[in-house]
Amino acid sequence: MSFIPNTDADRSAMLEAVGVRSVEELFHDVPVDHRFPRIDLPAPLSELEVLRELDALARRNADCGAAPCFLGAGAYRHFIPSVVDSVISRSEFATAYTPYQPEISQGTLQAIFEYQSMIARLTGMEVSNASHYDGATATAEAVIMALNVAQGQRRRIVVSAGVHPQYRAVIRTYTQGMRLEITGDDADSSVEELAGMCDSATACVVVQNPDFFGRIIPPSSLSALAKSVHACGALLVAAVNPVSLGVLVPPGDSGVDVAVGEGQALGNTLSFGGPYLGFFAFRREHVRKSSGRIAGETVDRTGRRGFVFTLSTREQHIRREKATSNICTNQSLNALAAAVYLASLGPRGLRKVAELCWHKAHYAAQCIARLPGYKVHAAQFFHEFIVRCPISADETNRRLFQRHGIIGGYDLSREFSARGNELLICVTEMNSREEIDLLVTALSEVGHA
Amino acid sequence: MEHKVDQKARYAKTHEWVRIEGGEAVIGISDYAQDKLSDIVFVELPAVGKELKAGAACMVIESVKAAEEVFSPVSGSVVGRNEALEKSPELVNSDPFGQGWLVRVKLAAPAEAASLMDAAAYSSYLATL
Amino acid sequence: MPEPLLFEKSRPGREGVSVPGCDVPQTAIPAALRRPSLPLPEVSEVDVVRHYLRLSHLNYCIDEGLYPLGSCTMKYNPKVNEAAARLPGFARLHPLQDPSTAQGAMALLFGLQRMIAEIGGFHSVCLQPSAGAHGELTGILLMRAWHGARGETRRNRILVPDSAHGTNPASTSMAGLEVVEIPSDTRGNVDLLQLRAQLDDRVAGLMLTNPNTLGLFEENLLEITRLVHEAGGLVYGDGANFNAMLGIAKPGLMGIDVMHFNLHKTFSTPHGGGGPGSGAVGVGEALAEFLPGPLAVQAKGMAGGEPRYEWRTPSRSIGRVKSFHGNFGVLVRAYTYIRMLGAEGLRAVAENAVLNANYLQSRLKDIYPVPHGDRTCMHEFVAQGKIAGAPDIRALDISKRLIDHGFHPPTNYFPLIVPEALMIEPTETESRETLDSFIEAMRTIAREAVSDPDLLHDAPHSSPVRRLDEVKAAKELKVTAG
Repeated sequence: MSFIPNTDADRSAMLEAVGVRSVEELFHDVPVDHRFPRIDLPAPLSELEVLRELDALARRNADCGAAPCFLGAGAYRHFIPSVVDSVISRSEFATAYTPYQPEISQGTLQAIFEYQSMIARLTGMEVSNASHYDGATATAEAVIMALNVAQGQRRRIVVSAGVHPQYRAVIRTYTQGMRLEITGDDADSSVEELAGMCDSATACVVVQNPDFFGRIIPPSSLSALAKSVHACGALLVAAVNPVSLGVLVPPGDSGVDVAVGEGQALGNTLSFGGPYLGFFAFRREHVRKSSGRIAGETVDRTGRRGFVFTLSTREQHIRREKATSNICTNQSLNALAAAVYLASLGPRGLRKVAELCWHKAHYAAQCIARLPGYKVHAAQFFHEFIVRCPISADETNRRLFQRHGIIGGYDLSREFSARGNELLICVTEMNSREEIDLLVTALSEVGHA
Repeated sequence: MEHKVDQKARYAKTHEWVRIEGGEAVIGISDYAQDKLSDIVFVELPAVGKELKAGAACMVIESVKAAEEVFSPVSGSVVGRNEALEKSPELVNSDPFGQGWLVRVKLAAPAEAASLMDAAAYSSYLATL
Repeated sequence: MPEPLLFEKSRPGREGVSVPGCDVPQTAIPAALRRPSLPLPEVSEVDVVRHYLRLSHLNYCIDEGLYPLGSCTMKYNPKVNEAAARLPGFARLHPLQDPSTAQGAMALLFGLQRMIAEIGGFHSVCLQPSAGAHGELTGILLMRAWHGARGETRRNRILVPDSAHGTNPASTSMAGLEVVEIPSDTRGNVDLLQLRAQLDDRVAGLMLTNPNTLGLFEENLLEITRLVHEAGGLVYGDGANFNAMLGIAKPGLMGIDVMHFNLHKTFSTPHGGGGPGSGAVGVGEALAEFLPGPLAVQAKGMAGGEPRYEWRTPSRSIGRVKSFHGNFGVLVRAYTYIRMLGAEGLRAVAENAVLNANYLQSRLKDIYPVPHGDRTCMHEFVAQGKIAGAPDIRALDISKRLIDHGFHPPTNYFPLIVPEALMIEPTETESRETLDSFIEAMRTIAREAVSDPDLLHDAPHSSPVRRLDEVKAAKELKVTAG
């Protein structure tokens, strides 16, 4: 089943019009020794059969819908209102192309304009783009933007050890050909220490809030950091949690220059890691150095309001090797999901979701802290916190799953070998009190050697 | 299409013009260049005090479909910028030799301008394009 | 009627989706942490549904009709893909779960890696990059790392044909390498003489799109790859046009060392109005240990039974290019597509795509100039938006008038080397009737251009909005509501 409508009769007529006798003749430019190779693939399947095979593969996974799950660390389980999938499943959105012909793409363009506006307001920033691939690449692109703002004259960036390890890895991959000095994340540094590392060769300082370990940087500290960073002539980049912004002070209010992060938590499924959504919001004064598509408002020749992609001269299809980024395809449908999510919840709904995450996580932390042998790290947090376990985190998780059917927190030794007994526990509005109490009981049970 | 050529200016092959007025030079882009760019939406002018080198890129002019570098035809330091272009970049389109001027430069090497094309040579050059 | 913005429909007090009450004791949130306000729209669920439904009506999409966009491969997006990606065992799977709880997903990744490798003739495949450009950046970093590992740090140049997509030079710059442009010859191939002249010990590699953006198969492909290898360089394949090559030839066996595939083009995953996509990268054995990780691999030492899968980061990896494992939801769709088609189905795709394009070319080239119309095209061809007797009509006008005839226009003004370019790619999922309607529309427009050119200059007339003022959009820059 190739979804090819034409029959042999159609093809015969077309071959005649083209003036060749067989389809094979059309490939005469392909080197003859390489033509029509054998492709060793399993036999083709009907729709019924392929869904059966996929269903079997899907059932071999223990998904977070079926089991109580306390795993976060950059991807989060949140409730997705039904209206989100209903909108993004519409052919007109899902099967449309990039809106290069704006007259017949106003649906996509207006939806993106609204998404940009919502992200700007959520983060307290002036402008947002139409998306990057994910939080990690958005952070890397923010670093590149800071380098461009400094006109290539500053070759040093300071990155906090609190930034997600995967984000820090992607920053390094992206910039490996740029001869940069990347410093600051070899040890856990306070905000004051980070400020001290900033100098006249620094293009930006990158922090995460709440950080990878769940810790909140209070607005006053972030503002102080921003002041120091600006005094050096550098930019402050902050990767932030969008759901937390339902209740927490947004980065724009604290002097942050570029706010980025993972938008998956806004209406996008976990889907084993993607497709996700890198949001990217910044100051209007830097718009010409920014990367990614941007939808802008205008009018048509009758004066009617319409939307187009604008400032395209920053982009690869015009600027080529001088473009601010190479990005072409982005995460448009995921951005639409995020917009529908935010529209569906509204400001009060999002605040309630954020508050539920806060209350439930704090309840969980307080209960776990009372368990003998367990220690909860003391730090102000939003919905993730570190638990030090009496046995290894890995074994703790194994027992939680095998004995209690619980998907536990993130084993920090997977990134930091010295943290063998530490779990990063995440609690969201999806975890009922029963589930949390079950986790606490289970931890108490499995904690014996 | 006939493009206008200012008789008092000298020209670079990359379509910038310069008019010497005493020890200073006014720089802009030619009618041909603005026509090729079409509607200009943004001009990023260098700061006052910036040192320019003959033949080196010194600013970018953006239209909806292109962003072209402007190469300084002469060496010197920037002493004046056409601030009107911030609100009205379209002046470069409507009056490229007059109100659409870009920067005023204090010349480092006044003799440089002699190696540029005069109006007649530039007109002949345009005819070949 | 223009659809208002959600912000304009907002009314104080309107409530959307309900959120449960709190079932745990509450912990006070310090006042200093609380944001003063959150200015998002306040709308009801009905408002949301109607708003987006009305917006959707303003969009053209592949489910409505033909999109002959060259190099985009706008083929039909099978609905079974959507069912597959939404299976709870995939959609609700957290990327950081212990591999023992994600064996099905890892089996799918492993299977897809193997199938793409087999289709392209590669040793290993990485599924992490999110898009073609992302794959390009990955590929160039791979080439750079390979040369670096051999001490060849002098090699900092990438040769890029003048017909290349803008992402090629942009990706090269991001990787910190220098772009050297190679012109095309009169037959639309990479100019061999010019290529030879630029091949020296500063060249890291050549980026090649094959078939190229003129829709033509490189007649000297084997010679080109041989020359580059002889000069010590590598060849990067931009797989955007791979729809013409499925089952026809394997680039990995023809001298391509590393190549990205656009799963959202060749492998039928939907475009979503601009994304998400996926830019899987295939490499020959020499580059396999440099790939971004982690990759899904089969665990060693299993005796009988089901294979078990684990993660492995290659020993000299350039590092990850994205968080987690790639756009898994997109990968599920590509896997589904390949499993349904099999080898014979994939070859039928290429054969029909190429036949459809040649059919259009043969029926249009008497009206619209086709610079390389003497050659057999592959899955696409480039015509020029020039009509005899209508000197004021340009590609833009023809494109906008096509909208009135019910079609999405072809790719405009690309490749840059053909003035007034119209790059036309029908794909294999279009019927002969659709192709004939498109031909008829193009022929009608050519007549309209002579008899009534304003119909074209003022087009489109029938779309939800008329031609938009892009100058105003750039000058006045309004990119947020309110």
